[in-house]
Amino acid sequence: MNMAYSIPETGLPKQIEELLITHRRGFLRTAGLLAVGIAGYATAGADEADAQSAAAPYGTDPGPGPYPIPDFHQIDSWIVIHENNTATFYVGKTDPGQGTGTAFRQLMSDELDIAFDKTACIMGSTDITVDQVGAGGSSAIERDSLPMRRVAAEARRVLLGMASVRLATPVDRLTVTDAVITVGTDPSKRVTYGELIGGKKFNVALTGGNVNSINGQARIKQIPELRYAGQSIQRDDIPAKVDGSLKWAVDVKLPGMVHARNVKPPFACAKLTGIDESSVKNLPGFIRVMNKGNYVAVVCEREEQAIAAARVLKTSWEKPKTAPFPSSEDLFDYIRSAAVAAPPAGGGQGPAFGLSRPVVTGDPDAAFASAAKIVEAEYWIPFQGHTALAGAHALADPSNGQMTVYSNDMKTYGMRRGIATFLGMPADRVRVVYMQGPQGFGRTAAEDAAAEAAWIAQQLGRPVRMQWMRDEETAWDTKAPAFLVKMRGALDADGRLIGYEYNARACDLNHLGYNDPQTTLIAQLMGTRSARPGGGSASMPSDSYSIPNRRMTADVVGLPEVWETPLRTGNLRDPNGPQAAFASESFIDEMAVAAKADSVEFRMKMLTTGTGTDAGSRRARSMAVLKAAAQTYGWDARPSPKPLDAGNILTGRGIAYSFRGESMVAQIAEVEVNRQTGHVFAKRLVCAYDVGFVVNPEAVRRTAECATLHGLSRALYEEVRFDTEKVTSRDWFSSPTLRHIDIPKKLEVLLVNGDPNPDRPDLPSYGAGEAAMKPMIAAIANAIHDATGVRLRRVPFRDDRVLAALKAARVSPS
Amino acid sequence: MSQITLRVNGGSHTVDAEPTTPLLYILRNDLGLQGPRFGCGLGQCGACTVIVNGAAVRSCITPVSSVRTEVTTLEGISPNGKLHPLQQAWIEEQVPQCGFCQNGQIMTAKAMLDKNPHPTDAQIRETMSSTLCRCFSHFRVQTAIKRVVVKGVARGTEDASPAAGREGLA
Ligand code: FES
Ligand code: FES
Repeated sequence: MNMAYSIPETGLPKQIEELLITHRRGFLRTAGLLAVGIAGYATAGADEADAQSAAAPYGTDPGPGPYPIPDFHQIDSWIVIHENNTATFYVGKTDPGQGTGTAFRQLMSDELDIAFDKTACIMGSTDITVDQVGAGGSSAIERDSLPMRRVAAEARRVLLGMASVRLATPVDRLTVTDAVITVGTDPSKRVTYGELIGGKKFNVALTGGNVNSINGQARIKQIPELRYAGQSIQRDDIPAKVDGSLKWAVDVKLPGMVHARNVKPPFACAKLTGIDESSVKNLPGFIRVMNKGNYVAVVCEREEQAIAAARVLKTSWEKPKTAPFPSSEDLFDYIRSAAVAAPPAGGGQGPAFGLSRPVVTGDPDAAFASAAKIVEAEYWIPFQGHTALAGAHALADPSNGQMTVYSNDMKTYGMRRGIATFLGMPADRVRVVYMQGPQGFGRTAAEDAAAEAAWIAQQLGRPVRMQWMRDEETAWDTKAPAFLVKMRGALDADGRLIGYEYNARACDLNHLGYNDPQTTLIAQLMGTRSARPGGGSASMPSDSYSIPNRRMTADVVGLPEVWETPLRTGNLRDPNGPQAAFASESFIDEMAVAAKADSVEFRMKMLTTGTGTDAGSRRARSMAVLKAAAQTYGWDARPSPKPLDAGNILTGRGIAYSFRGESMVAQIAEVEVNRQTGHVFAKRLVCAYDVGFVVNPEAVRRTAECATLHGLSRALYEEVRFDTEKVTSRDWFSSPTLRHIDIPKKLEVLLVNGDPNPDRPDLPSYGAGEAAMKPMIAAIANAIHDATGVRLRRVPFRDDRVLAALKAARVSPS
Repeated sequence: MSQITLRVNGGSHTVDAEPTTPLLYILRNDLGLQGPRFGCGLGQCGACTVIVNGAAVRSCITPVSSVRTEVTTLEGISPNGKLHPLQQAWIEEQVPQCGFCQNGQIMTAKAMLDKNPHPTDAQIRETMSSTLCRCFSHFRVQTAIKRVVVKGVARGTEDASPAAGREGLA
């Protein structure tokens, strides 16, 4: 066989194989940094380790496993300075493609005072990076970069102390530039970080009870002192993603590895009654049918063989006696009449488990009693899938009595714990090597394939690669909860919104935990699941409007069956935000229409008046993003809808605003609605985004562009469809997504920082990964209304539904 | 199983496989290529795209035995480490988020520009339309393609070197 492309022995990325597995683990061990707690390792005391590391800076790999997590109290667990005066940063985060890894390097280079291009950042592999959970909730820069910065600042302080001794000069007379410490202009008095500590350990302990509170004696820099942070440095992960050189989690190949594919139950809550193994026994490459409870998988030598065998395997299943859920067409009637999830025996968790207590301000009843006009509306948001571009996947290697999992899981540390529990192994025998994969915006917080691969690998004693197929992933991945929101508003005679009611019901009872061994799908199918579902949550709207009288509730309901069904909920990019914002920001628009007011002015008035407790920064920044969006768009004040255009194409514009945490966003959509077909094209989108201090403006702009379009996709296309026994959305035709033809001609992202005092240096960074999706669905609905006079209250706004609504309103001929 | 000979990125390879095996699995598992990736296995998403006979082909639904001519994968468009203008534009525009779909985006765009170096905006949208991205990088993908298209025009007028002009989009 003529092989131009050699497959390396382990199939690992070079950087992981060389730098991480061998050198890094050896370094941590010899440096005595791995938390001790296992017999084999406890004998290697710190003193002995000290001696070793002095002799052999990187040490040598003492063999496979166990794999304790590096101690976050040690600088050495975060930063290694090499002899050639470069540095590697090790952080416990994962970057699924928004550029946070580059941003960590920018921030840590600044604090350490080293040139950015002399650094590297390694993320998220459980045995070589500290446990910072991984990714989630847009916390990377806002919260989790802070301990990184403090550690880097402390490392710099320690290095200056060492240089002070070496150069016999007090610290306050030393300067450091690009990892070179000098005394005034004397060229003889200089020393580099590499000369001081290259390849050796700091051995400096940090203080703090948990990874987020970790601290040293040094202070971190103020924003104006930062050099790389604030610059649009090109993302370091991109070149390998475009030249084909990146090794993804799907690319790892190990000697002796085999391929597994699942055989999913054909309908929800199905009970397996038989497997006919003879149907696959003679297929080429067949190894074994794996089965426990209702979990079934097939293992073959080659990938295409496993795919074929899983299709061919004959299985029989018994249907449940009652329907596990209503059909997607009946979902909202079901949610409206469903009982609110009762707190479980032993007490529920969180305000949304069981009837939520209404959040009340003022006297809503009196406001409605005195109203000049009352408006009521109900909004429907269906289940929407994470629907990553490729299915869940993982490779699990059971060699040497350990379990190594290669995965794109965003929360690798939780996955490690979850798999250890699921397999009944000590946690330090399991490690998760983080590698890139298809972004799922929360799908990999509740990952499924790794537990499956690990269980099969444990049974077979061979490395197993599991990959979910398209139909499997689209039907069975986690979904964002469906919402039904009832709203009521009262206007006074002057058109002021004086009363406001918001009642949300989220169909979210079986919300999955993070890599929870009790709720992961294989545990459900095997019957080893927990007794009760996760509980889920519903959300209130996020706005700073001064509305004197409000009453708001947010409750959770469940489907008739919550286990072993494909309608499982999970966190999708701001888990409840877009649903709540669609209802609340559509409704604000409806109120503006009822008041015959311009929808920007109507909102602005509610932000400038009143003296609510949030009258400070959040309200000012809310106004700033609305103003910035309106100015950029060229918004002319007038009430909606505009008079109908003549001809086939109706145009209109809509605005919506919200925030997530302290990240503010206002979005404007300009749409064209086709009267004949009902098709909606968003011609132009504007997104004004205030996420505080921006570490990498281009990376944030890209993230905001993509999040805005994600919102557009959810507005126009996305809906999980199902009959009363199974999900019928199974591929990209039955589960459509935004395509190139749908992309706006113009897409503008404005980074607004703390206006009315632009570029306020005192604002910290806030999360940027999610909020830019939040108001988009409402902005589209508001624009459609402006164009057509027709209000769409059910997501998504697919052609057939839009056309039916236009016909009903006689905007389109029937 | 039978012996099948494939020409890929300028090399020749003989593999032992069922003739009906989709080309994708041969490229990935036997030849160790990682540009083309599995996204749907149904010909719907484009993640597995390779170029055969100048056309963007979905290797997940292409039986390996049906491939008679040279196959080019993402790895094959930057010989000797010199990035293709599209790859360069992808870096300049900072296109990818997760990047999983970008093989399909780049290879589909390359096949388009090889045939038509100056597509209109409508042609770009139409040609790229069934190459999906679930990170929603589409806007930047289109911007990067247009960057190459514009540069291609400039090269034709400013750069006398025919090699640079043709090579640029070939
Ligand atoms: S994987 Fe081939 S088109 Fe999707
Ligand atoms: S960049 Fe992630 S799927 Fe396209």
